[in-house]
Amino acid sequence: MEGGFDFAILIRNAPFLWGGMVLTLQLTGLAVAGGLALGLVLAVLRLSRIPFVPALVAGYVNFLRSMPLILAIFWFYTLIPKLTGQSVSSFYSVLIAFILFEAAYYSEIIRAGISSVRRGQIAAALALGLSNAQAMRYVVLPQAIRTMIPVLLTQSIVMLQDTSLVYVVGLRDFLTTADIVAGRDSRPVELYMFVALTFLVVCFSASRLVNRLRRRYAL
Amino acid sequence: MGWPIAARLGGTLLLAATALAAPASHALAQDGPVMKRIAETKTLNIGHRDASPPLSFIGQDGKAQGYSIDICLKIAEATKEELKLDKLEVKFIPLTPQTRIPLLTAGTVDIICESSTHTLGRSRQVSFLNTTFLTGSKLLVRKNSGIKRIEDLTGKVLVGALGGTNERAAQVEIDKKGIKIKGGEIVKVKDNAQAMLNMEQGRADAFTSDDVVLFGLASLAKNPAEWEVVGPYFSYDPYGMIIPRNNDDWRLLGNKTITMLVRSGELHAIYKKWFEPGPSNINYPMSERLRENLELIALPD
Amino acid sequence: MGSYRWNWPILLADPYYGWIVSGFGNTCLIAVLAWIIAFPLGSAIGIARTTELRPLRFAGTAYVEVFRNIPLLAQMFLWYFVVPELLPQDWGRWVKRDMPYPQFLTSVLCLGLYTASRVAEQVRSGLEAIPRGQHHAGLAMGLTPAQVYRYVRLPVAFRIIIPSLTSDFLGVFKNSSLALTIGVLELTSQARQIEEYTFAAFEAFATATLLYCAVTGIVILAMRQVERRTRIPGTIAIGTQ
Repeated sequence: MEGGFDFAILIRNAPFLWGGMVLTLQLTGLAVAGGLALGLVLAVLRLSRIPFVPALVAGYVNFLRSMPLILAIFWFYTLIPKLTGQSVSSFYSVLIAFILFEAAYYSEIIRAGISSVRRGQIAAALALGLSNAQAMRYVVLPQAIRTMIPVLLTQSIVMLQDTSLVYVVGLRDFLTTADIVAGRDSRPVELYMFVALTFLVVCFSASRLVNRLRRRYAL
Repeated sequence: MGWPIAARLGGTLLLAATALAAPASHALAQDGPVMKRIAETKTLNIGHRDASPPLSFIGQDGKAQGYSIDICLKIAEATKEELKLDKLEVKFIPLTPQTRIPLLTAGTVDIICESSTHTLGRSRQVSFLNTTFLTGSKLLVRKNSGIKRIEDLTGKVLVGALGGTNERAAQVEIDKKGIKIKGGEIVKVKDNAQAMLNMEQGRADAFTSDDVVLFGLASLAKNPAEWEVVGPYFSYDPYGMIIPRNNDDWRLLGNKTITMLVRSGELHAIYKKWFEPGPSNINYPMSERLRENLELIALPD
Repeated sequence: MGSYRWNWPILLADPYYGWIVSGFGNTCLIAVLAWIIAFPLGSAIGIARTTELRPLRFAGTAYVEVFRNIPLLAQMFLWYFVVPELLPQDWGRWVKRDMPYPQFLTSVLCLGLYTASRVAEQVRSGLEAIPRGQHHAGLAMGLTPAQVYRYVRLPVAFRIIIPSLTSDFLGVFKNSSLALTIGVLELTSQARQIEEYTFAAFEAFATATLLYCAVTGIVILAMRQVERRTRIPGTIAIGTQ
């Protein structure tokens, strides 16, 4: 390549890139927390016996799961201000999009986790005189959580990667900061490789950790 | 070749001048919520761009800066004075062409200070302050490419930012003149920076945008001497700061500040700071047209 | 909704209608072509990860880890902006200048290779779900290891991973929207462009969303039939969604 590589550019722009990284981590943290909370509610509603509610929840989950995330980001980004007339910063509009979107995925994982506990065990717990809530608390959830956690973590790693999509609305996440520097100084090779390597290291280590957890807590 | 454009420019200038005088005579003054909001929150939210040097861009230090930003900072000072605030916090909000209008109408930003063309279509949605900059669509090409005008693009790749006025103007021109560009379509990318990346890497032969944007990008390129901006204008783009509609007090304050800046010569100094030759060596001296336009908006008290 | 002014007919007006149609066509074409790369390649890598050969297993694992731990968007940029710069000059020039439909083909390649890593995981988990006894039985009957794969393990594995492969195909279909970042005018970017020209954001995005949902729905219904026909009695489908 003309002019060779200039990796010092990464050092010169380190504070700016770090700012992007902070936003990426914040967004991931908040979206995972919000997504888990909402996902849990959705999963419980979906497994409930309230009329129509499970079907509604299923509709919501399937609807969001058939939409590309990038489109969901645009929806919220363009439409929240237009529809509500409220000022919503791009960070919050993207955060809302992520929470609603991830909740659909999390709820499916949680539901699968709860459903994976054999019905016989619940029957046995009830026969032992435990209440419904107690059976859930002492029998179902401890097992369900063990099967869920690795999958939830894996989904969260995917989510960390997906935060790079906020690039399309110009929110300055890690990839966008790199993109700005890449465009400004015309150094795409160095910057994009740096982003890819950073994600590779972070996500690979995280998935190793998940594997270890999986083995340790496997039933 | 310059003549029809000059005529159009002259005509538009006249129109602009009459448009300036018109609102006072028949429109009812409307004081919108912006000034009130600024007074209450003691914050001014300025919308800016990431990569429109030297008008509005992120510098090496990661901060918003540029010609438009400097003018808006003056407006911020005037606002603080007008509202008699002890302090006024200025917040910078990065915008894209897709988000600027929704975020402005929603009240997320109070004023957009970047490189927006004042168009009739946009005026239906938003309000513009007086024109503080004049430009138009041209092409950025490599010096040795042999491309001198849009007609030379037969069999070449043309790139532009998705949704910009330039890309549309170029499309109209291409259709009108029956130019067959490579791939049959303009390559539409996310923003100017990415278009420039396409140029740097030799993927595209020409990049259409406002000439000042092109000069700015070329001056920031790895090797500025490689690039040149060519062609007669195929669109005419007067820039102005954007504010929400129906905020006559805010608009008046903005225009008043600009007028004062012109009269005191400060605006010319700001222009000099960013353009002659400017920190990025863009070297885009103030055109006679802009000079005259500024004289037109320097209304007497 | 405030002051939003509806304008549904705009979508049928020229040129917007044509934009939606061509965007939708591009989206489908990218997804199908990427799947044509992803399915055989992913299957091969998945198989490699279950063989006894260490180098093959290592290569397969490395492929999967690299491709699934880098955000797809970053991969898109790597293929489009970085790889041509690292190639020998003549090749790089060819990719950038003479290759037809550069943005389109780059996004197909990128999506195909990325999705292959996901397919590989499904195939591997399918193969590993088959009791080892079947493998040994095959060998005992005098089949070569290759024949065991061909006639015993793969037919079973593919039948049990159909549901997860379906969701991977839907994944590639949805992920094709990322092609817009390097300048492909697919469905999502056409919706944006219409929004840009007309300010009819709601109508444009709703149409795009409906089209995505429609395709997803049709694929799911069709694959349910396929699953029903190919289900192995006494087993349940496995694999991650």
